[in-house]
Amino acid sequence: MTSRSEVTPWWRNRRYLPWLVQGAVALVIGVVVAFLLTNLLLNLTARGLLLSWSWLGQPAGFDLAETILPFDASLPYWRAMLAGLVNTLRVVIAGLVGATVLGTLIGTASFSSNGLLRRLARVYVEVIRNIPLLLQLIFWYFVVFLALPNGRDALQLPGLVLAKSGLFLGSPELVDGVWQAPLRFTVEFGALLTGLVVYTAAFIAEVVRGGIASVPKGQWEAASSLGFPPLLTLRRIVLPQALRVIVPGLNSQYISLAKNSSLAVACGFTDLYSVSETTLNQTGRAIEVMLILLGSYLVIDLVISALMNGLNGLVQLRER
Amino acid sequence: MVLLHRFTAAVPLIASLALVGCASDGGGVQSQKMAAIKARGSLICGVDGKLPGFSFVSPDGSYSGLDVDICKATAAAVLSDPAKVTYRDLSATERFAALSSGEVDLLSRNTTMTLSRDAPGGNALAFAPTTFFDGQAVMVPATSGIRSLKEVAGKPICVETGTASELNLADRMRELNATYTPLKFQSGDQTYAAYLQGRCVAVTTDRSQLAAKRTGFPKPSEHILLPDVLSKEPLNPATINADPAWADAVRWVVYSLIQAEEMGITAANIDAKLAEAKANKNLAQLRRFFGVEGDLGKQLGLPADFVVRTVKAVGNYGEVFERNVGTGSPLKLDRGVNQQWRQGGLMYSPPFL
Repeated sequence: MTSRSEVTPWWRNRRYLPWLVQGAVALVIGVVVAFLLTNLLLNLTARGLLLSWSWLGQPAGFDLAETILPFDASLPYWRAMLAGLVNTLRVVIAGLVGATVLGTLIGTASFSSNGLLRRLARVYVEVIRNIPLLLQLIFWYFVVFLALPNGRDALQLPGLVLAKSGLFLGSPELVDGVWQAPLRFTVEFGALLTGLVVYTAAFIAEVVRGGIASVPKGQWEAASSLGFPPLLTLRRIVLPQALRVIVPGLNSQYISLAKNSSLAVACGFTDLYSVSETTLNQTGRAIEVMLILLGSYLVIDLVISALMNGLNGLVQLRER
Repeated sequence: MVLLHRFTAAVPLIASLALVGCASDGGGVQSQKMAAIKARGSLICGVDGKLPGFSFVSPDGSYSGLDVDICKATAAAVLSDPAKVTYRDLSATERFAALSSGEVDLLSRNTTMTLSRDAPGGNALAFAPTTFFDGQAVMVPATSGIRSLKEVAGKPICVETGTASELNLADRMRELNATYTPLKFQSGDQTYAAYLQGRCVAVTTDRSQLAAKRTGFPKPSEHILLPDVLSKEPLNPATINADPAWADAVRWVVYSLIQAEEMGITAANIDAKLAEAKANKNLAQLRRFFGVEGDLGKQLGLPADFVVRTVKAVGNYGEVFERNVGTGSPLKLDRGVNQQWRQGGLMYSPPFL
């Protein structure tokens, strides 16, 4: 039977409707974004704040307290920001390693047969998680690291000297009342690293604990019936299966650590954010400096994410 | 569909036309900012809040200090009530952004006037007259044995980031061809805490600020200020370039305090002087100053008797100085170059004509 309206009208034709609706929404979004951008450009021009990047090549005029790359006041601003970025990466990478190790230890301690260890792990996680990171950093820097004695009274451990002027590794020796050693870290770096590691380890411990708990109890029982000691079970049987659950959670904790490293200003550590603040003060170009900062942290986080997603792909279950 | 396109293309155009109107100058005598302040009923003033003598919050929440008195004088001029001020504590890094964005109407936060801050290509601020001529100094523990800036070379020195002190220190150290380790903190509290803990051997900022903070140290006598003057630090209140009418109003409020001291008018005798001016038609200068005749206030967009209101609110400049940072305060700074020009200082008001 042929009816006159065999063809569905366009406004309820399932083939075209989704395209039309999405096209309309995209148009609305496009108009809104165009309006906002025009608004921004107009206001920036009115206030004389239009973007310019020529200041990056001008001499910085300030020294950095701590830098791996050679730097002095006559070098341009971009070199200063690069030195700050390198400092940030130093603390982030060291922090990631430290936090993972400490976090895994505490996370697995929750499953120990030793009752005291279990309870200590619980207390650690609960206390550290609930105190804001800034307060913890201020505590580590002002109360712990700045209280270290100096010179001859410095804390001397085998191969390591802890003093107010820095942390010296290698074979530290006292020369004219000043400690020298092949490997030296400032107390600012030490305080920031300790604060970040302790804080993030608490969160990583919870992620690890969740991951291990997700492995069915049957695995543990089967392993012990085969005569595996608990540590070997953990290493060879449980953790590889737990990684599936742990790795996605670790991704967000790593990103969190990378972003939290910007609190370095509370410790006086010369990281990217601290250098940017000085640059902002000297050049007055708030928007450009903020854009660089945002871009840098975004890139760092995206790189961490990409690596972790790659790792995630490796540990996922392969359906056959 | 075509109609829809035309309409959506027109929307940003129409909207931006509206914005162009917003971005322009203050518009005649009544400035936009002043109109906004009157509508709001209070002046939003950006201050430090932690600097005794300049702007300090006491435990009961009340603000006091030289910078605070400037805010009160401005509020008295515009709103007839020195108490109608909302104070915002601002750090060194956020103060200019807060002012430029309109979050605060007036920045009275011991801010040094510099070219970069004044210039339209820099921070684009409009500075009111200097309320305190200061200089940058360095504080060291008396036991350190350091007696000049050269001896600080190679040692860690604490400084607050986002300040002119940071820049001047870098400049001076470059001149001396000396390396130094600048430890930069975001807040003044942290800077002084690190200095007191012994992490750095010196701390540098404006001399008046060092003297003010020292009063709060556990053992003030154990810290000395080095004689080196690293820079000129004229401290001025600031508004934005984009509203020149408001900037002019604030400027002449400050001048009124200085002029009042020159003419010998104090908070105590202003009522008597005002009665005298009203009675005697020959006291032309006084009558014009008080707004009894002439329209000086109207030209600024302020009430005719704005001078009377400001002096009644906070006293003249000398009284403001002595009460907050002079003999009537723990800082005990002497007037020095902050004296009236007739006494050899730099406080000079143009004529109220």
